Amino acid sequence: MVTVLIAILLPFVCAALIPLLYRRLRRVTHLGWFVLSVPFILFVLLARYIPQIAEGKTFIHTYEWIPSFNINFTTYLDGLSMIFGLLITGVGSLVILYSIFYLSTKESLHHFYCYLLLFMGAMLGVVFSDNLMILYTFWELTSVSSFLLIAFWHHRKASRAGAKKAMMITVFGGLSMLAGFLMLYVASNTFSVREIVANVEVIRDHALFTPALILILLGAFTKSAQFPFHIWLPDAMEAPTPVSAYLHSATMVKAGIYLVARFSPIFGGESIWFWLVSVIGLVTLFWGSFNAVRQTDLKALLAFSTVSQLGLIMSLFGLGSVGHYYGYAESSIVYTQASFAALFHLVNHSTFKGALFMMVGIVDHEVGTRDIRRLGGLMSLMPVTFTIAVIGSFSMAGLPPFNGFLSKEMFFAAVLAIRDVEAFSIADVGLFFPFIAWVASIFTFVYSMILIFRTFLGKLQPEKMDRKPHEAPFGMLISPIILCLLVVGIFFFPNVLGHYILEPAMASIYPTFPSSSELTPHIHAWHGINAELWMTLGVIIIGIILFKTLKSWKPLYRIFSQKYTFNTYYNRLIEISENGSEKLTRKYMTGNLTHYFVYIYVFFIALIAGYFIWSDAMTFHFDMDSVIESYELILVFVMIFAAVWMIFAKGRVTAMLLNGVLGYSIAFFFVIFRAPDLALTQLVVESVTTALFLLCFKYLPDLMPEAPPKRVQWSKAVISIFVGATVTMVGFAVVHYDRFEPVSTYFNDAYELAGGSNIVNTILGDFRAFDTMLEVVVLLIAGLGVYTLTKLKPRKEEADREN
Amino acid sequence: MKINDVILRTVTKAVVFIILTLGVYLFFAGHHAPGGGFIGGLVLASGIVLLYLAYDIETVHKGMPFDFKKVAALGVFLATGTAIGALFFDVPFLTQTYTYIDVPIFGKMGFSTVTIFEAGVALTVVGVVVTIILSISEDE
Repeated sequence: MVTVLIAILLPFVCAALIPLLYRRLRRVTHLGWFVLSVPFILFVLLARYIPQIAEGKTFIHTYEWIPSFNINFTTYLDGLSMIFGLLITGVGSLVILYSIFYLSTKESLHHFYCYLLLFMGAMLGVVFSDNLMILYTFWELTSVSSFLLIAFWHHRKASRAGAKKAMMITVFGGLSMLAGFLMLYVASNTFSVREIVANVEVIRDHALFTPALILILLGAFTKSAQFPFHIWLPDAMEAPTPVSAYLHSATMVKAGIYLVARFSPIFGGESIWFWLVSVIGLVTLFWGSFNAVRQTDLKALLAFSTVSQLGLIMSLFGLGSVGHYYGYAESSIVYTQASFAALFHLVNHSTFKGALFMMVGIVDHEVGTRDIRRLGGLMSLMPVTFTIAVIGSFSMAGLPPFNGFLSKEMFFAAVLAIRDVEAFSIADVGLFFPFIAWVASIFTFVYSMILIFRTFLGKLQPEKMDRKPHEAPFGMLISPIILCLLVVGIFFFPNVLGHYILEPAMASIYPTFPSSSELTPHIHAWHGINAELWMTLGVIIIGIILFKTLKSWKPLYRIFSQKYTFNTYYNRLIEISENGSEKLTRKYMTGNLTHYFVYIYVFFIALIAGYFIWSDAMTFHFDMDSVIESYELILVFVMIFAAVWMIFAKGRVTAMLLNGVLGYSIAFFFVIFRAPDLALTQLVVESVTTALFLLCFKYLPDLMPEAPPKRVQWSKAVISIFVGATVTMVGFAVVHYDRFEPVSTYFNDAYELAGGSNIVNTILGDFRAFDTMLEVVVLLIAGLGVYTLTKLKPRKEEADREN
Repeated sequence: MKINDVILRTVTKAVVFIILTLGVYLFFAGHHAPGGGFIGGLVLASGIVLLYLAYDIETVHKGMPFDFKKVAALGVFLATGTAIGALFFDVPFLTQTYTYIDVPIFGKMGFSTVTIFEAGVALTVVGVVVTIILSISEDE
């Protein structure tokens, strides 16, 4: 399955190419055209597999990475990852096409597209990884790259704040998810999602099963902006609109949804899973739609609407998990329909929300404002944009003939069906589900109408607009038009989507159910006069009334004081932790090198000597010692002499040279004890550091003439003596230390395994190559750190301009 | 501070070649005898540092027009590259392999991908050490 590997790697490779191509391409054309090819190629490559996936095939391939720790780069292509793969690449293509016209070449496009490609690759990595550790790596990479994207206009304070907030919350969730993954590993002894799904019966009784469930859900909820973690999403709207359209309609926020869908075969039958996912989802649905109505900024409105719609999808997966509880039976099919509706709405949401974000971007771009209070009457000036807005909003509001209507009806059917479930003591609160869903839908209807009518109808107020409004250039309209065609197309041919795309994904969510085509309903636009239709009619009627009387009841929102929002709590938490850590840091980061050495050495003594004494390992036997030769004694005396002299040395250069004497003497010892490698290294390191010291000391003042107080001197002396004693004692003790198996047995057959007779080198290059590789990286980072510290001080005028 | 460094320069001219040759020797000897990427790199770096000590930066730069930051980056690229390269042969990350080839004149010689990895280590060491020393010494 090379295709999937290409899908994951190609964006990263192209992101690396951008800095090289940028200078050459910028004069010729917009960089976006080059970048556009990446998702487009991947979309076509993936689409080729749709027929095979629809037949129920799955593709898996393992590239061994660290097999000894069960960490392998396993790619997995099934129905569920296919949906997400198509969304990421498909919507990605459209967004990049749109961005070509949205972002002028004056912006730092190379940064923008580099981040965007990184993000795309990370998202594809998340959905195509079967190994939990790889999935986690990509998961955090999406957080990092979205941070960069949200802060793209980093000269704005709000952008930086929004990016930081998104990062803090999603990384917090990601870390708890990692803990959950590790618990799953402990329970199941594998990192492979498929294997865990296959052995789910075995791990279900494990003590860590429920904690793992909660921690993984925390990751999903933070990423998908579920209540009360939704607060980052509106702030993330500081990003350029193409980014908003991409991150918040098709990809990043849906990673949490993907996670819930992917893990529902594992956790699905649990009551805690059902309650958490469905209730949090419903609360998010309601809270998002309720808050969207009060927004005056178009993008903020869409942000809350995304929060709300994500809650809808999430709650549907929660309701669908009842199917797992009952297992396969004729009667449980009705509950699996909730998951089907979730997948269906997932696709629908990407189409209409993508179009709406692009529409808002066009309004912002051509009018110069997104404030509803300043907009109005744009219909005649921007007819195409108006049409896009109508199609997108009506679909979002759940009106025919648009795809949102179909999935909304299925949503109503799912919440109505859940009343009959006897498990999980649902019966007590049975009406709660349809009621919340219905009220939230009314608010959804109201804000959808605000989006259209406040922007495009009413009185034109040209004096409040920054630019003279006119229709957007054709290129900017292509992408939303394509999405709108999909919105309408899916309404008329929903079963094509259902059969080819959604049905195989149902098989991934319900792997134990025999035939997935039974789980796939035939979607009808007209499903007779039933409860769902009455609910929709109610939504429309009450929605229109509420919209008409908006002015009279909107002041109700003022009851909710801004003091008690989650945003305030978040800000206060950040403030407290920032102040606290600053105070703490000031206490110990004194800027005095001697203090730092004291911390290091005290810690060293406590840890090393403490451990040896605690574990009763400080035992010495001198019976096995070899004879001490006279030249060894001489060397020892030379070293003692140098060390003692160094303490009383007056000048830095003297001290440094004496230090050199010590170092070279140690090298001699290595020679005597037949460790030529160490001797060589020691010699060369000593020479290089001596040269470094010589260079540094040139700039330092002479040693301090006045001596510090006696008390300080004594404490320093005590610490030094303890450090020396610890090292000596440990040196004696390790000869007989037998708590662990000696590593030397591991290298016995070094020659056969690595083909090298220099064991030191085979260790460095073969057995412990991972360490060496990372050390090299660390070395580079350290070198660049020194370089930037000494070289790249901001010049005065630059420093002024930044402020 | 202007010091008379005629002796240093004269000695350096002769000694630097010995040091650099030793560095290269140590690098290749590494597989079976003392040496290897780290030590080889350090020796090479110390030779270069000696050059910088004896002559001024511009003169040395004329002879060795490298950006040592890029040298270090190339080193890391090589080291991680061989690690990732293993994946393309469907073996675990960081797998190294070796073989013996009969070479005219020299006879049977061992070739190993570890050499590339070690070359990466050596280049990083050279690049980083020289970068650090140069940036500290150039700092005003």
